[in-house]
Amino acid sequence: MTNLMPPGLMFILGALLVPFFKGKFKSVYLLAIPIVTLLGLLNMEVGSSWSFSFMEQSIVLCKVDKLSLLFGYIFSIISIIAITYALKVKSAGEHMSALFYAGGGLGVVFSGDMFSLFIYWEIMAIASTFLIIASKTKSSYSAGLRYLMIHLLGGLFLVLGIILHFKKTGSISFGYIGLTDMASWLIFIGFGINCVFPFVHAWLPEAYPESSVTGGVFLSAFTTKTAVYVLLRAFPGADILIPVGVTMTVYGIFYAMIVNDCRRLLSYHIMSQVGYMVTGIGIGTEMALNGAAAHAFTHILYKGLLFMGMGSVIHMTGKRRKSDLGGLYRTMPLTTIFYLIAGVSISAFPFFSGFISKSLIVTAGAESHMPLVVLILTLVGAGTFFSTTLKLPYSVFFGHDSGLRPKDPPGNMLAAMGMAAFLCILLGWMPKLLYDILPYPIDYAPYTASHVVGQFQLLAFSALAFVLLVNYGIYPSETRVINLDTELIYRKGVKNLVFVIDKCLIFLCDYMILVFHQKIPEYLTKFYTNPLQFFRNILNMNSSEVSNVGAMKPRLMEGTIFWFFLLFVIYMVLVLF
Amino acid sequence: MDKKEYFFDKPGNRKMVNISLYLFIALLTVADLFIHKHPHFPWEGIPSFYSFYGFISSVVLVLIAKYILQPLLNREENYYD
Repeated sequence: MTNLMPPGLMFILGALLVPFFKGKFKSVYLLAIPIVTLLGLLNMEVGSSWSFSFMEQSIVLCKVDKLSLLFGYIFSIISIIAITYALKVKSAGEHMSALFYAGGGLGVVFSGDMFSLFIYWEIMAIASTFLIIASKTKSSYSAGLRYLMIHLLGGLFLVLGIILHFKKTGSISFGYIGLTDMASWLIFIGFGINCVFPFVHAWLPEAYPESSVTGGVFLSAFTTKTAVYVLLRAFPGADILIPVGVTMTVYGIFYAMIVNDCRRLLSYHIMSQVGYMVTGIGIGTEMALNGAAAHAFTHILYKGLLFMGMGSVIHMTGKRRKSDLGGLYRTMPLTTIFYLIAGVSISAFPFFSGFISKSLIVTAGAESHMPLVVLILTLVGAGTFFSTTLKLPYSVFFGHDSGLRPKDPPGNMLAAMGMAAFLCILLGWMPKLLYDILPYPIDYAPYTASHVVGQFQLLAFSALAFVLLVNYGIYPSETRVINLDTELIYRKGVKNLVFVIDKCLIFLCDYMILVFHQKIPEYLTKFYTNPLQFFRNILNMNSSEVSNVGAMKPRLMEGTIFWFFLLFVIYMVLVLF
Repeated sequence: MDKKEYFFDKPGNRKMVNISLYLFIALLTVADLFIHKHPHFPWEGIPSFYSFYGFISSVVLVLIAKYILQPLLNREENYYD
């Protein structure tokens, strides 16, 4: 079966028909789109198809190889899960935005040329903005606006880079680029903004917590992982990615320790885990690249499950701050269990999915003789377990009783969470399923005795630390606060800068008005009515004492009006001669 | 607040969770003596290295978060409004 339609287009065109279905038919149709796409992907052959000529360049809409198939599979799978989670959402617009967004992601993954990549990239940016403002709160509108601006700025960098790259190479095919010249750096930055590089990352923890509960699941999966895919394709082995990635892992973990909004904590963990992937891309060996791709695969699943778990809590309680929640395991047992499954997956607990993917990256780092990188990634691994699986569930599900007794969320949400949890466990027990679809050949056995025991030691003692710290009361406080991040620069910084510029401009304008509308006409009138007197006045600066003309002393010419007059004379001289 | 007693409301259950953690830790420490390690780096050969590392990492993270980061970065909720 040859390719029926490029997968991205299938989602996007399918989205257009959503408003025509109602009720049960809508649910069936919504689920049919990703399922049919996934079935089509399973039958795809490696190679290029759906290409045509446009302005003497070839646009390739469907370039298939192992890397793009891997991402295509996981994007389709998470679309099935997230659409199941969102089945009860009434707004057709939100479903369409989600499908456009997912379609954009699939489009990027399968595009063989940079023109279509850019189009799909921008579709993703705009569609995801709608998912953020779908929750219709004031803060979501302002966060969505900032999100859109940052992503459009990233798109600008990207398109500039693409144009320069095209001028240099004469082709727009998308493949390995490598960090060589200005064009490649511009493309790199454009990708990096979506990939939450440090200092351009602030949009992620700002915007994702504001999104709708169901939209958040889509958001967590696509933007960042699409960026990981393009980095894998275009800049594998770029050495700068190693310190960038390691910084991301640490940055995310520290902020995750102090934030109060539960989905903001998970967003910082996205940054942390994407840091692992970026480090893997930077290391550049086949095992590291395999690790980055595998980690993206497993991450989409367990991060989606984490967002679904917290989303269910928000959906059923209406509260999103950790400080307001607590003791929910009593009436939400299934959500608790599903959340904990995701939590141990992200922590690379043996026999869950994270273990088989994170280990690839860390082992690749070890084999490339990077002790500092391995140490930091292991530290962050312990911190991830502490923060996601111990601290957050303790605040939300266990811990002090907030008195809330919400029930478990509706059946479709539970089914979606169940699917994701099942896959997390399945991959943990049968890593071969994932290893077989990795882009490069792999010869790695994650379940060695030393590795399993070492990992359990890391996690168990992290748990011990948690128990002791809580018992002795040394624990980051949970109050209703927000934390500053680099968004400070453009939220407060630009606001203040605009204020200062505003005041200066107002002052300057007022002064100009004074000079041009008052003073100059005043003096010109005096000049034309009585020129001689005018000059005497200039020299004396005393309009009434005409008789003192003899006692003229050369005095300092005062007054700005004199200088304006002088400038006028000089100008006339220059013009006339 | 309902009067129903849930799983962790009974103190015995909480103790059970704590004790199973301690048992697991003891088991791991013993197991460490019997495994063959293939250390990539010199420190991996130390017995129970990852135990110490996990413990110290978590403690250091919490201390830095609580005593350095929170005072610097916390603001009231309407800071940006």
